Amino acid sequence: MGRKYATIDGNEAVARVAYKLNEVIAIYPITPASPMGEWADTWASEGVPNLWGTVPSVIEMQSEGGAAGTVHGALQTGALTTTFTASQGLLLMIPNYYKIAGELTPTVIHIAARSLAAQALSIFGDHSDVMAARATGFALFASASVQEAQDFAAIATAASLKSRIPFLHFFDGFRTSHEIAKVELLEDDQLRQLIDYEDIIAHRQRALTPDRPVIRGTAQNPDVYFQARETVNPFYQKCPGIVQDMMDRFALITGRQYYLYEYHGHPEAERIIVLMGSGCEVVHETVDYLNRQGEKVGVLKVRLYRPFDAQRFLAAIPKTVKSIAVLDRTKEPGSAGEPLYLDVVAAYMEHHQGEMPVIVGGRYGLSSKDFTPAMVKGVFDNLKLGKQAKNHFTIGIYDDLSHTSLDYDPNFSTEPDNVIRAIFYGLGSDGTVGANKNSIKIIGEETDNYAQGYFVYDSKKSGSVTVSHLRFGPSPIRSSYLISKANFVACHQWEFLEKYPVLSAALPGATFLLNSPYPPDLVWDELPVEVQQTILEKQLKFYVINAYQVAREAGMGGRINTVMQVCFFALSGVLPKEEAIAQIKKYIEKTYGKKGKEVVEMNLKAVDSTLEHLYPVNVPNQITSTKRMRPPVDESAPPFVKEVLAKMIAREGDSIPVSALPCDGTYPTGTAKWEKRNIAQEIPVWDPDICVQCGKCVLVCPHGVIRSKVYEEKELVNAPPTFKSAPAREHDWKGLKYTIQVAPEDCTGCALCVEVCPAKNKSQPRFKAINMQPQLPLREQERVNWDFFCRLPWPERTRLDLRKISHQQMQEPLFEFSGACAGCGETPYLKLITQLFGDRMIVANATGCSSIYGGNLPTTPWSHNAAGRGPAWSNSLFEDNAEFGLGFRLAIDKQTEFAVELLQSLAGHIGDNLVTAILNNPQKDEAEIYQQREYVAQLKQKLQQIQNANGEISEKVKILLSLADYLVRKSVWIVGGDGWAYDIGYGGLDHVLASGKNVNLLVLDTEVYSNTGGQASKATPLGAVAKFAAGGKPAPKKDLGLMAMTYGNVYVASVAMGAKPEHTIRAFLEAEAYEGPSLIIAYCHCIAHGIDMSKGMTHQKMAVESGRWLLYRYNPALAAEGKNPLQIDMHSPHLPLEQSMYSETRFRMLSHSKPEEAKRLLKEAQQYIQRRWQLYQYLASRQPQ
Amino acid sequence: MDLSTTYMGLKLKSPLVVGACAPLTEDIDNIKRMEDAGAAAVVLHSFFEEQLQKERLELHHHLTHGTESFPEALTYFPEYSIFHIGEEEYLNHIRKAKETTDIPIIASLNGYDLGGWLEYAKAIEQAGADALELNIYFVPTDMNQTGAQVEQTYIDIVKAVREEIKIPLAVKVSPFFSNMANMAKRLTDAGANALVLFNRFYQPDIDLDNLEVVPHLLLSTPQAMRLPLRWIAILYGRLQVDFAATGGIHHGHDVIKMVMVGANVAMIVSTLLRHGIEYLKHIELQMLQWMEENEYESIAQMRGSMSQLNCPDESAFERAQYLKAIQTYHPVWDKRV
Repeated sequence: MGRKYATIDGNEAVARVAYKLNEVIAIYPITPASPMGEWADTWASEGVPNLWGTVPSVIEMQSEGGAAGTVHGALQTGALTTTFTASQGLLLMIPNYYKIAGELTPTVIHIAARSLAAQALSIFGDHSDVMAARATGFALFASASVQEAQDFAAIATAASLKSRIPFLHFFDGFRTSHEIAKVELLEDDQLRQLIDYEDIIAHRQRALTPDRPVIRGTAQNPDVYFQARETVNPFYQKCPGIVQDMMDRFALITGRQYYLYEYHGHPEAERIIVLMGSGCEVVHETVDYLNRQGEKVGVLKVRLYRPFDAQRFLAAIPKTVKSIAVLDRTKEPGSAGEPLYLDVVAAYMEHHQGEMPVIVGGRYGLSSKDFTPAMVKGVFDNLKLGKQAKNHFTIGIYDDLSHTSLDYDPNFSTEPDNVIRAIFYGLGSDGTVGANKNSIKIIGEETDNYAQGYFVYDSKKSGSVTVSHLRFGPSPIRSSYLISKANFVACHQWEFLEKYPVLSAALPGATFLLNSPYPPDLVWDELPVEVQQTILEKQLKFYVINAYQVAREAGMGGRINTVMQVCFFALSGVLPKEEAIAQIKKYIEKTYGKKGKEVVEMNLKAVDSTLEHLYPVNVPNQITSTKRMRPPVDESAPPFVKEVLAKMIAREGDSIPVSALPCDGTYPTGTAKWEKRNIAQEIPVWDPDICVQCGKCVLVCPHGVIRSKVYEEKELVNAPPTFKSAPAREHDWKGLKYTIQVAPEDCTGCALCVEVCPAKNKSQPRFKAINMQPQLPLREQERVNWDFFCRLPWPERTRLDLRKISHQQMQEPLFEFSGACAGCGETPYLKLITQLFGDRMIVANATGCSSIYGGNLPTTPWSHNAAGRGPAWSNSLFEDNAEFGLGFRLAIDKQTEFAVELLQSLAGHIGDNLVTAILNNPQKDEAEIYQQREYVAQLKQKLQQIQNANGEISEKVKILLSLADYLVRKSVWIVGGDGWAYDIGYGGLDHVLASGKNVNLLVLDTEVYSNTGGQASKATPLGAVAKFAAGGKPAPKKDLGLMAMTYGNVYVASVAMGAKPEHTIRAFLEAEAYEGPSLIIAYCHCIAHGIDMSKGMTHQKMAVESGRWLLYRYNPALAAEGKNPLQIDMHSPHLPLEQSMYSETRFRMLSHSKPEEAKRLLKEAQQYIQRRWQLYQYLASRQPQ
Repeated sequence: MDLSTTYMGLKLKSPLVVGACAPLTEDIDNIKRMEDAGAAAVVLHSFFEEQLQKERLELHHHLTHGTESFPEALTYFPEYSIFHIGEEEYLNHIRKAKETTDIPIIASLNGYDLGGWLEYAKAIEQAGADALELNIYFVPTDMNQTGAQVEQTYIDIVKAVREEIKIPLAVKVSPFFSNMANMAKRLTDAGANALVLFNRFYQPDIDLDNLEVVPHLLLSTPQAMRLPLRWIAILYGRLQVDFAATGGIHHGHDVIKMVMVGANVAMIVSTLLRHGIEYLKHIELQMLQWMEENEYESIAQMRGSMSQLNCPDESAFERAQYLKAIQTYHPVWDKRV
């Protein structure tokens, strides 16, 4: 049988095997494991059978805890069952792991190992999660590469069925789960040879069934629990032998031999490194290099970590070894050492004969910190010190605080000469990564070369930078680290040249390909000095193409992927040019054929016209430019921003020392404004003559970049020459000036403001009062105007009429310049709350999009006003957000209550008038809040005086001083997406609603798990396609609002800013004013809906007009007045549902994949919406008793 | 009473044909209802290739937009291995319509130039359509293009489609030619088996409140039938081609008028959209009543009787009659003004 190769990533490689070998698959999204569930769901929806010919049952659960319970149940009932997870998801599964293992139930759960949230969340890879499961009784089985991940998924399944021990099969998140590599695929026949069907029958025989009734899951007492716990020992003793047997069987079937503890290196090595995961490959490569230099080193790759077979482990290590470094990709603060280190020490203590080697432990690679041969060399060098070797070290960081870090030479490299190494800088939106994935497939599948691709993304959802690292060579590639010595560098975006050191990794003589708006004869003078200097110093071969022009002419808009791919093949010489072009065309057909011939044709057109636009640049011998790279932040930024955050912005965060970072994860707010991203091609420009000053553009701006102010004319004295203003139109503002100003460098160019602008130019209605114009020519001028605008005073908050959008939007936003998707549907709501309540609000934010654009370093959009007040924000977890926010409320209430008690007890000293004023102020509006702050300021002054004068009561005074600010009303906001509110956090949300406490819950309802790539939640509407609902969501959206109304004492509002903005503002004001729990469910259009994001507000409107989304308010305060608490705030649905639904790809694509099912679901959706409307009509029209 | 007629060689039980009528014919159940209500044949809604192109490009755009940017969400939709956005859906529709009904099913292709869509004519034939109606919908706006060039485009398209298929071919055109009679002849020579007169071009409206140009599809009015009536009357008997009248046919009497000027069939669209599919029965009844009252035995008997060739005054369809019409017109003033 011929070997079958494919270039796929680790997740797909594992999912293929897991899907083939299971019958029930319970899934839940979590990065970086989500794609495994997505593959399973898609294959099931397309009817792909497993190894035994049946289509696995794939079900999405409400949380990983739910998935684990389902897995446990399905296993107990005899099905071959699996799930996929990582990180916090794994933690939620742990209770069931104990049960599944305690009952000796075979299963393999596949883990894309990821960091745990500690001082901060991280989506990237390390072993913190799996290490938390090492006491559960699951076997822990580590694979180190994409090939191994596939192979071990199969070996683990065979071994688990045979041994009855359940397995966690783990591989490094991102580094392996997302690395694309050429692998030899496992065929069905090979899997059949590997798995003994008798083991499956035995598993089924143990199933719970009324035909052979037994009970399991009993409760045991002190008399027997202990003994019963020891009954499993023989199974654990046999397990390693079984795994090795399966590895041997696997070798016979495939030719690929693995060992539980696999030594590689010098047969008489003196120094070795012991580790698990993808780092093994790096050490393997380095060991080979160092041994060629005459050293005696080796690597011991641990595959089976639990059950740990100490004797087999020791047997694998050469007797000559004198010193051992055990590397753990995890951290256990306060422990005697990290877990693998402790196991190795114990193994030596218990079983080693003869002189003990030196054993030291160290941490590396947390959160996908790159682990390089240079670091490996540093570790080996440490071992040379023998007994003086540093123990409990770190490698790869500079720890100037506890001095744990080892020094190493970052220039050390083991990269072989016969490997082509290419780095590509691109934007997410330009298609760079997709093109590179295609290139890897071409080279991996159409040539004898091995290929590897790894992709680094930034944490922004708009204008995000991607860096692709590609290697091609004649031998298997073990270099699971980023390329630092490239012989090809491509920069797909001109503006990166002034922001990032794109040529830092270029080797002397390397090829540099630049997508340039300037022709070859003019480009040199336009380069920044630093780039010219590097090109000259490294004598780079320099080529340019105007890829945007070629792409545009081919009809591809801003996607330059194909153009740049052709250039890469033409210049890199990986393949002969003609063959490369033919292969690119073949893959275009393969990739895009299913989407229609037009897509194929435009790509082919781009291929054909590329080479004639690719030019070499005659590089002069001297630097001619006067332009310099821009500093990452302005000189005027605060020290922390300049010294720490700026390095992250410049992609140099790896160089930040330990001491520079906060020890407890606390960061300043108001930092996004320093990160000038300049990502908009076009920005809105205000036409004061047309503007009606309604404020809607300011309201909907997702990024807080378009703002309005009214002010005295005298303020304009020093205005920049192009600064625009108009007489204020509102009667209240007679005689004042009005300006709408855009922050040109922060705008994402989403154009939502243009969409909602109601004012049209009467002579040329194509123009509105806001129009998009190219950013570059306006950048400097508008930057100056923006700075001037920021210095204008805000109108007094107490004098604004918040019922009017134009007035309300004169409140300063304290949420600005987020990295959310351009045109995001969520952020306008967040910005609105900060305008209304920002200077006294505290936010509990569920994990999801809003926690990422809200709290992902380097900067945060949460900001503060000139007085230093603003939202305090934190993210606990995904599942506990409502409870987390309730904790805020309880703490605030308790401290307020305590402050009141102290205030009353000190009334005689403070003075009754002030105390009464403080206690009697209702604090219901801005004026009263302002007044209260004044009172509290007086109180603090008074307390200070008392403390100075009277020693006896100083304790109480001191406490009251620390609590006095709690006498000003605080607004608690519990914010999250529908994945949190409808699914994983619903239990907590429900409990918090039932608590009656004064909290405000805002559900940013995008109707999918947006942050993890659009998986279905219970908020997903009937008929919508989402990941995990690839066949169209068969059930209607859960009516969360209706459920909350049943409590009777919960304020509930359903809003859609794009449909009726005044209603949104009113609901927010009412919810905050309500002295009990409030739930606002806000419709948010989303990139995961497959819409033109510049029309997001129109989609919101259509959702309401078709009845897909209802606008209502349920105010228990009305019930107290004898009125019906429910008010429907919209007209009867009048837009055909089909029109609303099919304007979005998420609905329409079902009609292209399953046309009949789409029709059926559309009909059902129509009926559901009608029934729901009738129910609400009935509820709203009831006469109160 | 014999209502039967023939159209491009197809034997029809009556001249009542449902014209290309989106969205009604998009539902197979509706086509069955049309048959039950007395439709002698049904022209399916048009297959627009450019609409498919747009749909494919949009789908591609939305499935790729925002992908490969953010590490937690490298895509936003499931990765289907197949999409059905092509002619397949339309061809399946033809097959299902044929399976569900016993009446001829006429497919409709809408195009404006010699594009790749011509290949679909063959596929439509293979899917079992009894005939093809080619709807040439071309609104020239290029000031450098001459009338002759525009006309030649029409002829080239008809010839190209004719070469692709063996089933009968009807051509639906607008009346906006310098000499309609000449065009009718050239279209016939190019291979058309029938002329469907006339296409109504979409004419947008202005929304004064929002200063927007809005698509506003107007259903036909009874007055619209005068134009096809006149041209069929003029052309009948002079060309070896069948005629389908379309536009403004809302009453049984309208059908009879059209047959009398020479139409083989009358296409009903707007009135079904307005009154429902079952209204066809009503139209048939009106025809039958008139024929009975006026002692006509068959459609064949009346066909072409009022055409220019056979009518009592052959100048009635020409310029002289226009003069008479305006000279004898008596305005009826609104007394309230």
